[in-house]
Amino acid sequence: MSPVIGVLALQGDVAEHIRAVASLGESVREVRTPEELDSVDALILPGGESTTIARLATTFLLADPIRERIANNMPCFGSCAGMILLADRILDGEADQETFGGMDITVRRNAFGRQVDSFETQVAVEGIAGEKVHAVFIRAPWIEAIGPKVEVLATVSDGPAEGRIVAASQGALMVCSFHPELTTDTRLHELFVRRVKGQS
Amino acid sequence: MTENQGTTGTSAVKRGMADMLKGGVIMDVIDAQQARIAQDAGAVAVMALERVPADIRRDGGVARMSDPDMIESIIEAVSIPVMAKARIGHFVEAQVLQSLGVDYIDESEVLTPADEVNHINKWNFTVPFVCGATDLGEALRRIGEGAAMIRSKGEAGTGNVVEATRHMRQILNDIRRLSTLDEDELFVAAKELRAPVGLVQEVAEKAALPVVLFTAGGIATPADAAMMMQLGAQGVFVGSGIFKSGDPVKRAEAIVKATTFYNDPDVIAKVSRGLGEAMVGINISTLPTDQRFADRGW
Repeated sequence: MSPVIGVLALQGDVAEHIRAVASLGESVREVRTPEELDSVDALILPGGESTTIARLATTFLLADPIRERIANNMPCFGSCAGMILLADRILDGEADQETFGGMDITVRRNAFGRQVDSFETQVAVEGIAGEKVHAVFIRAPWIEAIGPKVEVLATVSDGPAEGRIVAASQGALMVCSFHPELTTDTRLHELFVRRVKGQS
Repeated sequence: MTENQGTTGTSAVKRGMADMLKGGVIMDVIDAQQARIAQDAGAVAVMALERVPADIRRDGGVARMSDPDMIESIIEAVSIPVMAKARIGHFVEAQVLQSLGVDYIDESEVLTPADEVNHINKWNFTVPFVCGATDLGEALRRIGEGAAMIRSKGEAGTGNVVEATRHMRQILNDIRRLSTLDEDELFVAAKELRAPVGLVQEVAEKAALPVVLFTAGGIATPADAAMMMQLGAQGVFVGSGIFKSGDPVKRAEAIVKATTFYNDPDVIAKVSRGLGEAMVGINISTLPTDQRFADRGW
């Protein structure tokens, strides 16, 4: 049976991730409750405000079930705020800001600056052949430190942030600083689907 | 754009920023303490302004951009995006706000207009703009000027949702109507809407605005917010409704929850309990015409 991919739908650009996954012919549904979480095989954590999403997840009793599923190897893909939510450690967060964790990475929030610093560029991503990925960075975080089990998938290739890690994976988890869901390039979603199906 | 050279201020990053706010609540705050309360309650952004619309209404006089010190103190107090308002047509206020590093500018009818003919040419800025609209034509004129996000105007500072309802229904009804037209009919539709034909064609094809659509103006309760979401808003601005109410913390949290679970009446019922006094509302029909903010902008 083909897997069902969930998109955490508490806040953020949920519709864009759903469109991207659906365009690949995969089953996809929104996840707002623990019951809905039980019905999916993998979870996408969308872009949005990480403080808002984390707070709502805790209030509506989704945070612990998500942590449990992550501990049991549920594949997850987080973009931007989703990267923050999957990080074990965050910098420049709020004092009491919680994440789901799971990835042995330290993520700096709003690392590239404020909205006037948001930018588009081309990024080479490990595992994606052909043209570079067109990456849209919006008040984006970056990965400042990684543990031994983390594989770097992409770094910034030039400018002041040269060398900063903007995509990575560890086990069943995959994250990126930018927003592939805002473009028509679905190759990162394809990469995730291949991982969900155990083909990659 | 040259390869590997990051480009700022593009339509993709401006409109994309608004996509990240979807399903969220943006709250008016007048100081750092309120900003922290809003963030702790789950706001996706705050709107920094010196007086909430209810007080602007009460005080009268000319309402202008807020004091840079005050905006900066709010930027320093929270990690979520900070928006601020410039007067309609006041491009220098907008330049100042961009230089302060605000994340979004609201070219707002709540402040006293600085130009009764022209809105700000928003293409000239790196920072994105949100603008109010009462119908599709107005929304598309603003998008034509570079707005990257639209909100219904409603009637700010009244605690009365009736105008927001009218404007949301009007905008969405106009979009539905356009999507039924033959392509030959879109030129006249553009004329009637007084909107750029390219944008009219785009809306007709997608049956949606090319930018995110929020609601604003008079939202005071969790049920108000959920109703706007059910009507088709993608998120909610709450101005005076929170900090002019009896228990701002609880009401802010309740409106955030109702906006996420807008289709779940059980959740809305639960969060609507024990919120204390809502802000005292104003009947729009008793408002003198010259005090109607929604009539500002063209």
